[in-house]
Amino acid sequence: MTQVSMTVNGKAVSGEVEGRTLLSGFLRDSLNLTGTHVGCDTSQCGACVVHVDGVAVKACAMLAGEAEGAEVTTIEGMAKPDGSLSTIQQAFQDHHGLQCGFCTPGMVMSAAALLQDNPNPSETEIREYLEGNICRCTGYHNIVKAIMAAAGQDVSKIAAE
Amino acid sequence: MYAFEFERPTTVDDAVKALASEDAQALGGGQTLIPTLKQRLAAPETLVSLGGIAEMKGVCIGDSGEVCIGGATSHATVAAEAGQYPALAELAAHIGDPAVRNRGTIGGSLANNDPSACYPAAALGSNATIITNKRDIAADDYFQGMFTTALEEGEIITEVRFPVPEKANYQKFVQPASRFALVGVFVAKYSDGVRVAVTGASEEGVHRWSEAEEALSADFSADAISGLSVPADGLIGDLHGTPEYRAHLVKVMTGRAVTASA
Repeated sequence: MTQVSMTVNGKAVSGEVEGRTLLSGFLRDSLNLTGTHVGCDTSQCGACVVHVDGVAVKACAMLAGEAEGAEVTTIEGMAKPDGSLSTIQQAFQDHHGLQCGFCTPGMVMSAAALLQDNPNPSETEIREYLEGNICRCTGYHNIVKAIMAAAGQDVSKIAAE
Repeated sequence: MYAFEFERPTTVDDAVKALASEDAQALGGGQTLIPTLKQRLAAPETLVSLGGIAEMKGVCIGDSGEVCIGGATSHATVAAEAGQYPALAELAAHIGDPAVRNRGTIGGSLANNDPSACYPAAALGSNATIITNKRDIAADDYFQGMFTTALEEGEIITEVRFPVPEKANYQKFVQPASRFALVGVFVAKYSDGVRVAVTGASEEGVHRWSEAEEALSADFSADAISGLSVPADGLIGDLHGTPEYRAHLVKVMTGRAVTASA
């Protein structure tokens, strides 16, 4: 067992982990931040996407020890300081960007990373960026629409398909 | 995963020392190795992360204009910062997905030498120099078959140097489920000739297509390879494509890469 320390959602945290402990496991089991979902555990589905030092990573494909000293943001850190939903989260709610909701934490974290790099992405760019996030309800259309809306684009003309 | 000790040295020297212990294994970005460990297909005693070694990260331009990339540099960084070699930056920008590109490293990809990985095609197609803690290895000598390289036990790729060609392009026909290359072809035109490297197709891993290189060195156009054919012998056959299908794709993707070269 070794000690790891990092900043998660702005708070300094530390804990004892095994060498093989994944970041997803540390977040969920040690910190009880269960918003980070583990869908496939084979790094394909993207439900576990979090931000590490400002970039999106799959928390199930990174060891907790690799995040030593890092700034980590999870879905629990996305709401505004007053507890209300962030722009992206609100857009997912407004545009029905979730059905069962299992993939949503990863979708929101990927969307946030995209909009950080590219504040006004095209529909094609959004779809390409979400290549590593799988929605098993196949609700992609409204997810893409929500992200376009979060970017401030007029989505009123985009029909629900 | 089986249990292992985890070390995260901050210098190449310390990483080399840590890797000298029995059954130690280097960890790049872990985008292949961690899933492999989860499948219990590997059981190292110690995993030595190369992710904390600042001297192995980043992109720079060498004295002869070559693009030099630290072994622990992520695909995303190469995509963003290797603009001096646009075909290479473009290749890096289409490996896996964005989250994978933020973790996966060039050194990890080349050390693993997956037969369907993209970077081996760029390295072989450019005759890049693979620099380790011990020596410099030309790409022509480095790739030795599927998942096999010239690396010795405990040897670390610290840097990769790519001579920048006049024109180059990489065309990948993605396997629709994994998004790995079903067939990928990297074409690079240098003043002394054209190199064509093929990934995804062969049971021997990445390899050069010498007939196409000769034809394209004489006439750099897609027409120059129209009369050539690729034998299906030794090519990979699986549910995604037969050896004959992959052979056909090699020629098609080479033609597309030549046409798209800029």
